[in-house]
Amino acid sequence: MSDQEQFTLTVNGTKANVSRPAGMRLSEVLREELHLTGTKIGCNAGDCGACTVLVDGEPVCSCLMTLAKADGCHIETVESLANGSKLSLLQQAFSRHGAAQCGICTPGMLMAAAPLIRANKAPSRAEVEDALGGVLCRCTGYAKIIDAVMDAAMEKPAMPMPVRHGAVGARVERLDGIPKLNGDEVFGADYWPENALYLRVLRSPYHSAQFTIGDVAAWVAKHDLISHVFLASDIDGENQFGVIPPMADQPALAVDAARFKGEAVAIIVGQSQDVAAMDISDFPIEWTELPAIMDVDVALADGTTLIHAHRENNILISGIVKHGDIDKGFGAADHIAEMSFSTSYVEHAYIEPEAGVAWMDGDTVVIQACTQAPIMDRDDTAKVLGLPVEKIRIIPSATGGGFGAKLDVSVQPLLGLVALKTGQPCRIVYSRNESMMSTTKRHPGVMQARIAADKKGHITAMEFQGDFNTGAYASWGPTVASRVPIHASGPYKTPNYLAKARAIHTNGPPSGAFRGFGVPQSTIIQEALYDELAEKCGIDRLAFRRLNALKNNDITICNQTLPAVGIDDCLAALEPFWQKHQQQIADFNAKNSRKKRGIGVSSCWYGCGNTALPNPSTIRLGITADGQVVLHQGAADIGQGSNTVIPQICADALGLPLAHISIIGGDTAITPDCGKTSASRQTFITGKAAMLAGQALRRQILRLSNLGDDAIIEMAEGSIHVSHGDKQHEIALSEMAANPYGYVLMAEETYNPPTEELDAFGQGKPYALYGFGAHAAVVEVDMHLGTVKVLHISAAHDLGKVVNPLLAEGQIDGGIAQGLGMALMEEYIPGRTENLHDYLIPSIGDMPEIEYHLIEVPDPEGPMGVKGLGEHVLIPTAPAILNAITNATGGARLYQTPAVPHRVLAAIQANNNVNEAAE
Amino acid sequence: MMSVMSSNTTYIRPLTIEDAVDVLSTSAAAVIAAGCTDLFPLTSAPRMTGQVLDVTGIKDMRGITDNGDMRRFGGATTWTDIIRADLPPAYDMLKLAAREIGSIQIQNAGTIAGNLCNASPAADSIPCLLALDASVELTSASGLRQLPLSDFIVGPRKTLRQADEIMTAVLVPKSSETGVSSFRKLGTRKYLIISIVMAAARIEVKDNRITHAALSLGSCSPVAVRLDKVEADLIGMDIHNATIPASHYVEETDIEATINPIDDVRGTASYRITAAKTLLCEAIDNCLNQVRSGG
Ligand SMILES: Cc1cc2nc3c(=O)[nH]c(=O)nc-3n(C[C@H](O)[C@H](O)[C@H](O)COP(=O)(O)OP(=O)(O)OC[C@H]3O[C@@H](n4cnc5c(N)ncnc54)[C@H](O)[C@@H]3O)c2cc1C
Ligand code: FES
Ligand code: FES
Repeated sequence: MSDQEQFTLTVNGTKANVSRPAGMRLSEVLREELHLTGTKIGCNAGDCGACTVLVDGEPVCSCLMTLAKADGCHIETVESLANGSKLSLLQQAFSRHGAAQCGICTPGMLMAAAPLIRANKAPSRAEVEDALGGVLCRCTGYAKIIDAVMDAAMEKPAMPMPVRHGAVGARVERLDGIPKLNGDEVFGADYWPENALYLRVLRSPYHSAQFTIGDVAAWVAKHDLISHVFLASDIDGENQFGVIPPMADQPALAVDAARFKGEAVAIIVGQSQDVAAMDISDFPIEWTELPAIMDVDVALADGTTLIHAHRENNILISGIVKHGDIDKGFGAADHIAEMSFSTSYVEHAYIEPEAGVAWMDGDTVVIQACTQAPIMDRDDTAKVLGLPVEKIRIIPSATGGGFGAKLDVSVQPLLGLVALKTGQPCRIVYSRNESMMSTTKRHPGVMQARIAADKKGHITAMEFQGDFNTGAYASWGPTVASRVPIHASGPYKTPNYLAKARAIHTNGPPSGAFRGFGVPQSTIIQEALYDELAEKCGIDRLAFRRLNALKNNDITICNQTLPAVGIDDCLAALEPFWQKHQQQIADFNAKNSRKKRGIGVSSCWYGCGNTALPNPSTIRLGITADGQVVLHQGAADIGQGSNTVIPQICADALGLPLAHISIIGGDTAITPDCGKTSASRQTFITGKAAMLAGQALRRQILRLSNLGDDAIIEMAEGSIHVSHGDKQHEIALSEMAANPYGYVLMAEETYNPPTEELDAFGQGKPYALYGFGAHAAVVEVDMHLGTVKVLHISAAHDLGKVVNPLLAEGQIDGGIAQGLGMALMEEYIPGRTENLHDYLIPSIGDMPEIEYHLIEVPDPEGPMGVKGLGEHVLIPTAPAILNAITNATGGARLYQTPAVPHRVLAAIQANNNVNEAAE
Repeated sequence: MMSVMSSNTTYIRPLTIEDAVDVLSTSAAAVIAAGCTDLFPLTSAPRMTGQVLDVTGIKDMRGITDNGDMRRFGGATTWTDIIRADLPPAYDMLKLAAREIGSIQIQNAGTIAGNLCNASPAADSIPCLLALDASVELTSASGLRQLPLSDFIVGPRKTLRQADEIMTAVLVPKSSETGVSSFRKLGTRKYLIISIVMAAARIEVKDNRITHAALSLGSCSPVAVRLDKVEADLIGMDIHNATIPASHYVEETDIEATINPIDDVRGTASYRITAAKTLLCEAIDNCLNQVRSGG
């Protein structure tokens, strides 16, 4: 008897007969059977809401509904919202407000909002939050989503497309926004050839274990569904990958031992997706569990087992910055503050689990998957497969959030191996659990620091020491160890400084890149100490920071002088908020005893681009014979907006209206390397390459037309019209020969930011430029429960030049949400919080009201003055919130994040005890 | 009745209780599926496997009916059904709890029997239903039995349900539908949150004096509990008395004596005791405020 019966659903108004198992998730039916891939899967557990559809008008998680229950029902998916090419009012509002960043949560958000909007044209903020509370977003911080839903009742004009030379600075709606809104976007899991094999990965159930694998051929023979199994022994290349090639140490498939829970051991290949539902407990593998090292102090202890034999004391690497003479600095001090602080593992929790598809094109392995770094994927995959890099082609799919973890390869070598070995197309979609177990995390930090100031409040010295749990493999551990000492002073003048950071191996998941590479952790302790010093000096906390803020041409702790330091401008911008709220807080606290409010502030600085290493971007810009201007935009847009801001910069440099520029993404076969989307480098570095390419192409056009520098260029069908005053020139493109890339005119420019190698004490020029920012946060603490609600945040960021205020605000909102999560709720515990039920990220109801100050202190190095923003937005949030908690509670200080209620209450009680003892 | 089978997978969606219990009488290994909001998260597979008995097609198991001296909640009644139902104030706490179960999407699917049979220590409806003196109706091919909810749940995820029994209804005696009620839940974020602690209170007041109190705490202990001592202490209290609010007369020690607090990542044991007291007092004060304002 077959296990499937015929079911009839009405989907988006059309009857669909489906013959699939009755217990199939509706989400699977929609995606796999009906190819309505607009409905997204983020967790398969009801926790993320990305799969929200309407069933008979009511929102449900389609991942939790069986096909049998949907029989006879009316289903509405995101694909039903637009009317042909015309977006619905709700979708238009999302675009206008920048409510979709990566777009992976957007279908769920839209479907959750749709019934609200139908019933209520003018919903309140609270009503919107209630309606959307079941959908998580990791990019936007929800602010723009709420604005959009509240503004969806009426037809309103879209943001105008900018005029010539008016693109930079304009509130341009995302140029790649429409597919994110109508369900057309193709993320990692959304495309697969019909006959694709399906991959499932067998992973280590232990933090540390040895294993032996038995008769795999016999096992395959026993299971009809399984076509192949691949093991480490099937890898022909070097079975070792890693983002920093000299440190590469992670096997694509473990050989005989697993160093963390979730490490890949075998690829099980099935003919259909049913392989995902199959019981594989009879797979012939024998495990011997070994004692696991989960903490850095255990890892460092004498005689502890080495996780990598060649890394003594389990230390992967250390970093140091030494400037001036700290003994002198501490000796001259009037006040010293000292503290220890520890932070948790933090999970990126993008809503899109890793996914992709691969196939052979002749002898080239083609891999289409979500990523932040297509060229690095190509190189690492080539190495594992033992192929030259030309034989790997990476086509980045749309990426549903990354935040650092999609810099490292995940699915790519696995897909590549199977495509290469079988010659057949294949696909993989990680489960939420698998994504959380196996991909990188933010480094937990165990930090000590002391900072000294003189009577007048000037910082005289700082000493910092941090051990960062880098987990089982190197990943970006070296970057954290080098970045932290360079940034731990904050953007403050610190004449005497010594900072050391180490990356330590444990059997935890590999810690890698996560917005800020360790700097968000070290900023917490530095900014907490600044509060203590301000108090000791009797200076207002904001004034204390302004007193010490770096100024132009001050010497940094790396002995670098910076020409465009915007930190004091940022702090100054917070003053009105600071004054207003201090007054309101005093009034509130005088009237309330159970709830107490407080305010905190924190700065940040962050060097854009790789630390003292080359990291060029190359932009190709071409014009076709029929007059199309094509920008090869290779910066992976993981939601942050490169597909919009890079064309904006390019358009102004070229002197064409933005609407004339079309883009091609980071397909490694046709687009030059724009490097990775990390280190807040894309708008600066790829943006500069785009500016240079635009200028170069403009020069070519002007040369051909023999007209002056401020001539006007206009595109026409097959020609370019150039005019300068009453002089005119026509360039007949259709008569020109195309180059091998298909362009009759083309410019290709590379930009590599000028940095200098650092000496043994970290002195030199680590970054070509820095961005600056400061946040002030107002919180309300429930003194009986220890719960914390963040009420307001004022965020000031020096972007050098604001390319797109709409997108910049969206970055700020999203950074704040992640910083808030890190401060108050996020704690990844290996083996215990491997899902979005137990690992909590902020929901729509947890966000404060945010005010923005976009500051422009142009940096001569950046394109049109631009500095980076992507990571800056997260760094000051947690320190500002934690400082606000201490302020609200009359001195209760947390020495560990996250500040979950029981820890906050314990800190309040400890503070009460201290105060009582003092009385 | 729709029945679909293969060697290892059966999915049956009967339309009547009789058909459903028949299925269980022949294959007791079958898993009962309702909203699947607890079941589906247990697997990342694209579908349910094994033997599944889907009870959501059974009309008699959905909806709220008045049975004379009992109010009957069909086992497959969803949280949304309960939120939308017209019920006396004694149920306000249950509605408040329902509104805080996951999200609207979860409330549209999740059912009352699912919450009780899953028997998580953090199940939000349990303290409310304990404070309503609810019993559960279990039906099998050999008949029907009723058990007080307080007896039914015996441990974390442990109940007295036999493998061949379906929870066809939850019953609340009309005599317990009296008074006003309130519910408080504590978690680390606003939506989609599993409780660290929750408290339910139902209080009856006559002539300004508390005549009956039903108080319950959940998520603190392996099984949600009623607080007999605190309830008894409240009787006779004048609601306009100067020692109101509740924090003046509810003692942490009374709570500690009743519950065996959970100590885990979401909260330490001592935190739970403190928070339990705070939430319980809030729930009681909420009730009394309703009475005072004539609610
Ligand atoms: C994202 C998310 C958030 C959640 N948040 C909360 C929350 O805040 N508070 C809370 O309390 N719960 C929460 N839950 C848990 C869940 O939604 C509730 O417990 C819900 O009431 C379960 O009902 P269901 O119908 O979906 O149960 P199912 O998943 O269908 O079944 C649950 C269990 O009960 C059994 N069962 C179901 N119906 C019957 C019956 N009639 N007779 C006998 N056995 C039966 C099943 O066999 C299974 O063991 C959440 C779940 C998710 C996915
Ligand atoms: S995929 Fe359904 S809720 Fe996350
Ligand atoms: S835009 Fe919401 S998750 Fe990316």
